[in-house]
Amino acid sequence: MTAFALPTATEPYVPPSISDTHLPEVLPWLAEYGTGFGKQMVMIILSIILIVWFFKSAIKNPKLVPGKVQFLAESAYGFVRNGIGRDIIGEKNFAQWVPLLFATFFFVLLNNLFGAIPFLQLPSFSHAGAAYAMAIIIYGTWIAVGVKNHGIRYFKLAVVPSGVPGWIMPLMVPLEIISNFIVRPLTHSLRLMATMLAGHMIVMLAATGARHLIMVQESLAMNAIGVAVIAGSVAMYFLELLIMVLQAFVFALLTAIYIQGALDADAH
Amino acid sequence: MISNELILAAGAGANPLLPNPWEILVTAAGFAVLLFIVVKYIAPAFEKSYQDRVTAIEGGLEKAEAAQAEANATLEQYKAQLLEARTVANRIREEAREEGAQILAELKTKAAEESARITEQAHRQIESERVAAVTSLRAEVGTLATSLASKIVDDALENDDRASRVVDKFLADLENQQNAGASN
Repeated sequence: MTAFALPTATEPYVPPSISDTHLPEVLPWLAEYGTGFGKQMVMIILSIILIVWFFKSAIKNPKLVPGKVQFLAESAYGFVRNGIGRDIIGEKNFAQWVPLLFATFFFVLLNNLFGAIPFLQLPSFSHAGAAYAMAIIIYGTWIAVGVKNHGIRYFKLAVVPSGVPGWIMPLMVPLEIISNFIVRPLTHSLRLMATMLAGHMIVMLAATGARHLIMVQESLAMNAIGVAVIAGSVAMYFLELLIMVLQAFVFALLTAIYIQGALDADAH
Repeated sequence: MISNELILAAGAGANPLLPNPWEILVTAAGFAVLLFIVVKYIAPAFEKSYQDRVTAIEGGLEKAEAAQAEANATLEQYKAQLLEARTVANRIREEAREEGAQILAELKTKAAEESARITEQAHRQIESERVAAVTSLRAEVGTLATSLASKIVDDALENDDRASRVVDKFLADLENQQNAGASN
């Protein structure tokens, strides 16, 4: 929290750190981060309430000719159902996976967008714990799907590529094991966490940097650069919005791809 | 100015890869709750709405197709009926014409028969009247001639045979004369 301290005449610039994304807890109030119930958890719960509230109220009295809200909600649902579910998993099996993909996509999307809303201003998935939690759930899901559909043979199907000459197997099999069972959940979670954290750090950097340049530095040129930083941060804000939506889409898309791979493990 | 050492010193914060276990728990539990609600309530509601719309649209199309087919059938029926009505009308007209012609012909025949009958009757009457006139004339003329002749020859010719022969001869001559006159 040093970056938000009042300026003094000799104050040096202190760039924001990871610790600055770890705000004091909400319960107990202002307790040290990691000891209680924090802002990130409040936002996770808020996102669940908002998603359930919006989609339940939008479809409460479904009309054959939908109103604006129902149309919006149905388009959002249809995007996940057809754009991610049906296109990736395939016509035959996708229906039972739509709820998981729907929940995953909107859960990640809304929590990402929290990073762009003033006062909330913290993408929940910039905290590694949340990203790990989601990746573990998905990881467990697709492995369970594979074992359920192919039995214990699934692990062989998943790591022994077909159509590859035998002599290359000693190289391929360890690679596939590392790629599918170790790296996959890490990349799945860290991709989301890193992009969200980077976006959040840029916001903090622009805010503290601009403040330092305008309030602390005495040269007029530095003050002007501070204003330019604020102007630039608006462009960054829109880039961040794009990345927030894109990462939610990528996360849900990868979920669908992993499930599809587990369902059709014997097809390739 | 800003020194690099200061930046480095301040930048060293918590490790971003180390998770807060409570956040893992809250996120996982929260997602589980969300997934439960989506599976149980939200997804079925959207699927139902989608299915209802599909049914309604398909039903509407089917209804429209049925109505179209019915309209076509009715049209065909009307056309057939119209054609039948025309045929009937034509037949009736034809029949009426034939009947009219027949009636006319019958009337003509009847009129002709009637006129023939009347003519024949008239002929017959005239003939019978002529015969009666001839008969009565013959008797009268015979008597008159006989009485005239007897008066002329003064009872010399009292003999009946001769008298009647003379009369017959005379009448025959008279007839011949008349026939010759009629044939002229």
